[in-house]
Amino acid sequence: MTADAEPVHRLAGLLRANGDTLVRRWVDTAVEELRGRSTGQELERDFREFYTALTPVVEETARGGAADLGELKSLLEEYSRTRVKQGFTPSETAVSVFSLKRVVFELTESDDDPKLFREVLAFSSLLDGLGLFTFEIYARAREEIINEQSEQLLELTTPVVKIWEGVLAVPLVGTLDSARTQVVMEKLLEALIETGSDQAIIDITGVLAVDTQVAQHLLKTVVAARLMGAECVVSGIRPQIAQTIVALGIEFGDIVTKASLADALRHALRREGVDVVRQAGRTG
Amino acid sequence: MTTAGSAGPEELRIAADEDVVRVRQAVRNCAQRVRLSLVDQTKVVTAASELARNTLIHGGGGLARVEEVVDGRRRGVRASFHDEGPGIPDLTLALADGWSSGSGLGLGLSGSRRLVDVFELDTEPGGGTTVTVVKWTR
Repeated sequence: MTADAEPVHRLAGLLRANGDTLVRRWVDTAVEELRGRSTGQELERDFREFYTALTPVVEETARGGAADLGELKSLLEEYSRTRVKQGFTPSETAVSVFSLKRVVFELTESDDDPKLFREVLAFSSLLDGLGLFTFEIYARAREEIINEQSEQLLELTTPVVKIWEGVLAVPLVGTLDSARTQVVMEKLLEALIETGSDQAIIDITGVLAVDTQVAQHLLKTVVAARLMGAECVVSGIRPQIAQTIVALGIEFGDIVTKASLADALRHALRREGVDVVRQAGRTG
Repeated sequence: MTTAGSAGPEELRIAADEDVVRVRQAVRNCAQRVRLSLVDQTKVVTAASELARNTLIHGGGGLARVEEVVDGRRRGVRASFHDEGPGIPDLTLALADGWSSGSGLGLGLSGSRRLVDVFELDTEPGGGTTVTVVKWTR
């Protein structure tokens, strides 16, 4: 190793000596690949940072040591994450890394030194690994976004609204699984205390299918509300849902159910002792 | 009874709660394609929901297969659910209303039988369970 120490470092030397040219050409290649989705200026800043972190890694690898990829990876991670937010595809993200390979190949292709060739090969597989790393980060960032959104959705789709003094309404939409029902139940019970209400209307117009699990969740919510002294009405039972519930054999027992939210409100108002009267001579 | 050509069978893995929702959507799409009435759509979707959840909870996960079927002039939806779970030791008990080995209402299996036109159950203690249901257009 000592005898031919100089040639071993040839690629690293080339990278250092041609830094500016390489970065510029790298940016040009990437801009071309991305077809105007990124401006050269943006890329140049990122690439220069990346290049500065890359050179010592190449030197270390050429020396035969295990290089520390920490800084490179954290730079790449940040790069990939911003790309996800900007709506780039994973290929578009990885292509930024891979295009450096092309630039370095162009620089070294006229040279037929087998040692340099071997170094370029090692460099190429290093970049392959880093390119794949951006894929991984990309997927992970996407997953985080999806998880965040489903949590937000959980909160969003379960509002508890006060529709009359002492009457709450919970319009349910979509799929009722255990997690959703838990959120609904907690929100409803808390709102009952906060607003001092003793009646709640659970509207399932937006629930596509009521199977035994959904029914069980509904029953539990009603029983819990009852334990706190509140009465629940389940409304929004459409004809097809009613027939399915009967065929399934689900018993709602003494729980009041209504076809529409309007019916349920009228029922609740009557229990509150409120009468809705249309005044004579005033229509609409 | 033959499989309709237009859309091939759709196979879905059941391994988590979200998969039950996915199966339900596949069955709903299929039911809409063969033009089941709204009531029948809801019935077969609900049955699929029950059976997919059984596959998940009692069978430890498995496979659902959803397809269109044709019999003369009738069209229909066929959904089958297969798992490699412990099987059902006592069928009469499992199909009785209100009996549950878990914490459910005990209406899933018996109820979904009433929701569909064809209900076939193939099980063996220790050898897994396959349930196939069909809902025909009227």
